[in-house]
Amino acid sequence: MTLTQPTVIPAPRELTTKPRRSDQVFRGIVTLGGMASLVILGLIALFLSLKGVHILKEEKFGFISTSKWEVITDDSGSIAESSFGIGAMLVGTFLCSLIAIIVGVPIAVLGALYLTFYAKGAAKKILVSLIDLMAAFPSLLYGFWGFFIFMSSAEYWAKLLNKYLGFIPFFKVPAPIFERSPFIAGLVLAIMIIPIVTSISREIFDQTPLDRIQAAYALGASKLAMIRAVVIPYGRGGVIGGAMLGLGRAMGETVAVYTVLNVVYQINWQVLFGAGGNVASLILLKFGEAGPYEVDALMAAGLILFILTLFVNAVADLLIHRFGGKGR
Amino acid sequence: MTLITIPEPQRPWETTMKQRASTASILVAAALISWILIEVTGLNGKAGYLTSFFLTSTILIFIQQFRLRDVAAAKDSLLGSFALLGMVITVIPIVSIVSTVVIKGYKGIHFGLFIHDMALNSVNDPINQGGLLHALVGTVIMVGGALIISFPIGALTALYLTEIRGRLSRPIKFLVQAMSGVPSIVAGLFILSSLVYPVTKSLSGLMGSFALSILMIPTIARTAEEMLRLIPHELREAGVALGGTQWRTVAGVILPAAKSGLVTAIILGMARIIGETAPLLLVSGGGDSLNLNPTSGAMGSLPYYIWKAFLTGGTDEAFARAWGGLLVLLAFIFILFGSARFISGRKVN
Repeated sequence: MTLTQPTVIPAPRELTTKPRRSDQVFRGIVTLGGMASLVILGLIALFLSLKGVHILKEEKFGFISTSKWEVITDDSGSIAESSFGIGAMLVGTFLCSLIAIIVGVPIAVLGALYLTFYAKGAAKKILVSLIDLMAAFPSLLYGFWGFFIFMSSAEYWAKLLNKYLGFIPFFKVPAPIFERSPFIAGLVLAIMIIPIVTSISREIFDQTPLDRIQAAYALGASKLAMIRAVVIPYGRGGVIGGAMLGLGRAMGETVAVYTVLNVVYQINWQVLFGAGGNVASLILLKFGEAGPYEVDALMAAGLILFILTLFVNAVADLLIHRFGGKGR
Repeated sequence: MTLITIPEPQRPWETTMKQRASTASILVAAALISWILIEVTGLNGKAGYLTSFFLTSTILIFIQQFRLRDVAAAKDSLLGSFALLGMVITVIPIVSIVSTVVIKGYKGIHFGLFIHDMALNSVNDPINQGGLLHALVGTVIMVGGALIISFPIGALTALYLTEIRGRLSRPIKFLVQAMSGVPSIVAGLFILSSLVYPVTKSLSGLMGSFALSILMIPTIARTAEEMLRLIPHELREAGVALGGTQWRTVAGVILPAAKSGLVTAIILGMARIIGETAPLLLVSGGGDSLNLNPTSGAMGSLPYYIWKAFLTGGTDEAFARAWGGLLVLLAFIFILFGSARFISGRKVN
């Protein structure tokens, strides 16, 4: 057979790595959606500052350092004099979350060690889901449980501390009122952050390279020696990051602190005495009766809280990613 | 032919009956000693007994290990005891919380609870009057609204992190993490300052949905990202090799494969916000009567119902009402959590 007609050789399709139109649209939409967290965080900072920045300008540094929250209105109802300072509440925030960290983190790390290196089989599965469940409990639940059930035992422990360690300035009390103290609020916060810190520590411990663990055992190390020589050096940074994450949670907690703590506007370093507060509970407390001007001050307080937690979370994230996640 | 006797397989690493007996006797001895300690010293209460039992048993096990083996083994036993202690202390509050809510809450549960609202009743009325229908409906509407807002955003964020993997992946991952740390009250203040005061000038259920979605987005994004990462890479390659564009691959292969994972993300997101109180106290208004319209009027919610009953009541009826509400809330969380476990437990197909 002979070719009668010259065959038309189609021109080769142009090779390109440029995505099709549909893909361009897809990638555009997904990228836009991915930016949402950036946009939302930016908007939070923007709107809180829009409302609160004139208060900050007026009070300057005093907003953080002084401890006065007063609005004095004249007869016509307009504001004659006002002074806002969240110093006392910042101290309270710091105290409560510090107690939460000091009490909660060691327990959480020990629990994580137990889950990783001791628990086996079904028991381990049940314990892990219990702890995940606990992390999902709302703060309302912790708050009321803390107030109605936990308070009496915690009060008793506070009295013991005061009796035997009362010579330390922190454990002194001006009057024997042990109920609703920063100490008890801190313990409730500790219970709230334990599941978070436990699950992060467990993830970090799980990533410890198996060959190093087995090498330690092969050298005759006991479990304790293995954990000290391999697991702790490997997971230290990640665990500190998890603790920081818990700190961020504890600092921003509102409802649980509001229910457990007797919110009083004064600087109180004596953790066992029943008076204190934190920034978030201040916002909730003052919001009900606040006029427009005071609301602006609350927005400023919210802005400070937002920046504070953002900073703590940033450090936590940095630590977890720097030291953990190597195995992934 | 010689007869070869095959020796019984030995398992020297397993705990023998003798060891078990000695451990049991140590625990019994510890219980006895701690009982004596309670009687002699001023310690009392469950916590006191637990402490002394833990201390005595730890010391006894330490001595036993030291006698059997050496100092290293004894120290090792200390770590075991303390790790177990950490676990026990972690579990005690969970058990206490759940049992308290169930024991105190069941008195507040009756059938009328789910068909009445509180429009005509105060929290101090007898427990069989009024109910939490308005709160249940309000919570469902607000959580549903938050879900409609946050699911697309969360899923797109997860897709960006797993499919596009652009230059901004690392910063966005960080920002999602940071967003999950935003205190709930700040989310409420943000909605107040950005929407309520300048735009709507009134509190409503929709505002509650917006505030909740700020807390929900990071949970959905992180869970969905983890679930999308579980999809084998071969599926993506197969989709592209068949000539599909990236969009077709994601829509036709990845998302159907990740369906159960995405449902898990939704459920966990709902569990995260269903009990959220602080933002709703600021922006939802907190009504006592049934309100089906999220765009206008105060809307009740389960957390607000509990909050109000605890704080404004003071009578036994009010407390029973509040604990009953907490029991309903806890039941919701259990159901959500259980179904998330069930769905994510199934194999990715």
